[in-house]
Amino acid sequence: MPTEQQERKTRYPGGADQEQVSANPDIIEKGKKLKEDMDALMDEIDEVLEENAEEFVRNYVQQGGE
Amino acid sequence: MYRVMGIETEYGIAARGVAEDSFTHSLMILAAAKGHAAPSAIWDYAGENPSKDARGFQVEEETEVPGADDNRDINKLVRNGGRLYIDAGHPEYSTPECSNPLDLVTHEKAGELLLARCLQEVNEQGAGERSLVLYKNNSDGKGNSYGCHENYQTLREVPFEHLAEVLAAFLVTRQVLCGAGKVGAENGSSRTTYQISQRADFFENYMGLYTMKKRPIINTRDEPHADPERYRRLHVIVGDANMSEVSTFLKTGATALVVEMAEQGLLDDCPRLADPVGAMKAISRDLECRALLPLADGEEETAIGIQQRYLDHAWAYGQSQGVDQITKSALERWQQTLDQLASNPDQLADEVDWLIKKSLIEQAMERWGCQWDDPRVAMIDLQYHDLRPEKGLYHTLARQGFVKRMTDQERIEHALEHAPENTRAYFRSECIKRYPESVYGASWTSILFSQGDQAVAKVPLIDPQRGTAALVGELLERSQTAEELLANLRA
Repeated sequence: MPTEQQERKTRYPGGADQEQVSANPDIIEKGKKLKEDMDALMDEIDEVLEENAEEFVRNYVQQGGE
Repeated sequence: MYRVMGIETEYGIAARGVAEDSFTHSLMILAAAKGHAAPSAIWDYAGENPSKDARGFQVEEETEVPGADDNRDINKLVRNGGRLYIDAGHPEYSTPECSNPLDLVTHEKAGELLLARCLQEVNEQGAGERSLVLYKNNSDGKGNSYGCHENYQTLREVPFEHLAEVLAAFLVTRQVLCGAGKVGAENGSSRTTYQISQRADFFENYMGLYTMKKRPIINTRDEPHADPERYRRLHVIVGDANMSEVSTFLKTGATALVVEMAEQGLLDDCPRLADPVGAMKAISRDLECRALLPLADGEEETAIGIQQRYLDHAWAYGQSQGVDQITKSALERWQQTLDQLASNPDQLADEVDWLIKKSLIEQAMERWGCQWDDPRVAMIDLQYHDLRPEKGLYHTLARQGFVKRMTDQERIEHALEHAPENTRAYFRSECIKRYPESVYGASWTSILFSQGDQAVAKVPLIDPQRGTAALVGELLERSQTAEELLANLRA
C-alpha cells in the first residue's frame, strides 16, 4: 500500500510547487488557517452525518427513473 | 450567447418512520408546492411524443395520459414558468427555458430550493413521525439510476447523424469537468473505490431512443417542443445532477458552445472515439485524468486532450465572432479547469463536484482512519446531495464558504417567482401570476385558458425565442384579465 508521502509524490509531479510552499511564510500562515477551518468543518460533518450509516445506505433503494 | 436551454432534474426520495411508497411521498412533495404554482392547472400532453426517433422513425408505444384530477396531482405549473412533476415515482423539476448557462444555473438552483422548501413543509406536517429526504444525485448505489437531462435547441437543418458524430467524444469526456463523483461501481461495471461520474456505469449503447433501459450516450428522442421544421431539441442524458453551481455552469456553457460550433460546421475534424461506451467508464475510473483513450483514426488521446481540442475550436470561434461576458467566462473557466486537472486536480476541490466530494471523503478517511469501504464513506457520498440545509454536506460546505459559487440566494429566490425575460417562459410565467384562476393548463408549446362555459382557449407558444418581455410586455400590461388578453390577441 502506498504511504501518504508516496501518494502525494505521484499526485504532484516534480514537487516544485511544494518547495515553493515551504519557502513562503504567508502561505504557511494561510495553510494553518485553512487547517483550522477544515478541522472545524470536519467537526460539523461528524455532527450532521447520519448515524447508522450502514443501515441508512443499505435501505436507500430507488425505482429506476427517467 | 443566446441558446435556448433547460435542465430536468429527477430527485431521489427516501422516508423514515412510515411504510408508504415513493409515489405517495412524491405526491406530498408536490402538494406542498401549492403556493409556488398555478392553483389548478393541468399539464397538456397533447403535443408530446417521446417515442419519435431523430433517425426518422416512430416507435409505437402506449403512452398513458392521466385524467384531469390525477393530472393536477402529478403536475405543478410553477410560477416561474417551470414544471414540477412526478416521473417514475420521483419528484422531477424542469427549469423554464433559459437563454444562457448563467441563467440556467440560477434556475436550476431555484428548482432545488423549491424542492427543499416542499420537503421542509412535508416534514413539519409529519411532526417527527414521517421524515422524508430528497437527494439530488443519480444513483442509489444498487444499480438504479435516475436522470438529470439537459436540453439545447438546435437547428433542424444540421443532420442528426452529423450532430451525434461530432458531439460524442465531447459528451463522453465532459465528465472530467462536471461529474458529481461516486463511491464504488454498479450495474455490472468493473470495481473501483471512487469514480468521477454518477452515471457512467449505466451507459450501454452509443445511440438510441430509450432513457430508462439500454441507456445511450446519444439520445435520439425527437421531440423539439418547437416548430419541427426548423428546430430540434438535443436531449443530453449523460450528465450528472450537480450540486456545484460552477459544475452546472461549465457543463451547460461548454456544451452550448460545442452545439453552436456543430451547427456552424466547425467541428468536422474533431476527435472520434474508437469505443465511446468503454471510454465513458474508463474515464470515470481515471481519477488522475491521464488514461489514453483509443481514437477511431488509430491515435490515442487523454480526456483532457480531447476536451482541449474542442476548446481550441471554441477559442478560435470566439475570436472570430467576438464574445459576450458569459461566453468569455465559460471559455476561461473551461480552460482553467482543464489546466488544473492536468497539473493538480486537487486545486479544484472547491468548485468541481467530483473533486469537492473526493476531498471531503479523503479528509474524513484520514480523520477516522478508515478506507473507502467504510459505510460512513458511502454515507458522505449520499449525504453530499441531501437537500435539507442542516443535513446536506454540499450545503454545509457552501454555508461555510468552502465552495465557489456562480449565483446567490437573492437571485435564486427571484428565479423561483420569475422566468428569464428573453424566452417564451416569460409569457407562461406572467400568465400564471397575472391570471392564476384562468390558466387551465400548459404544455411547453402552449397555454390553455378557461373561458367559463365556452371551450378552453389555446394560445400557442411554438417559438421558444418569442413570448419575451420585449415582445409581450406591453400586451400583458394592457390586459387586466385573461378575457382581455385573449381579446387583444385576437384583435
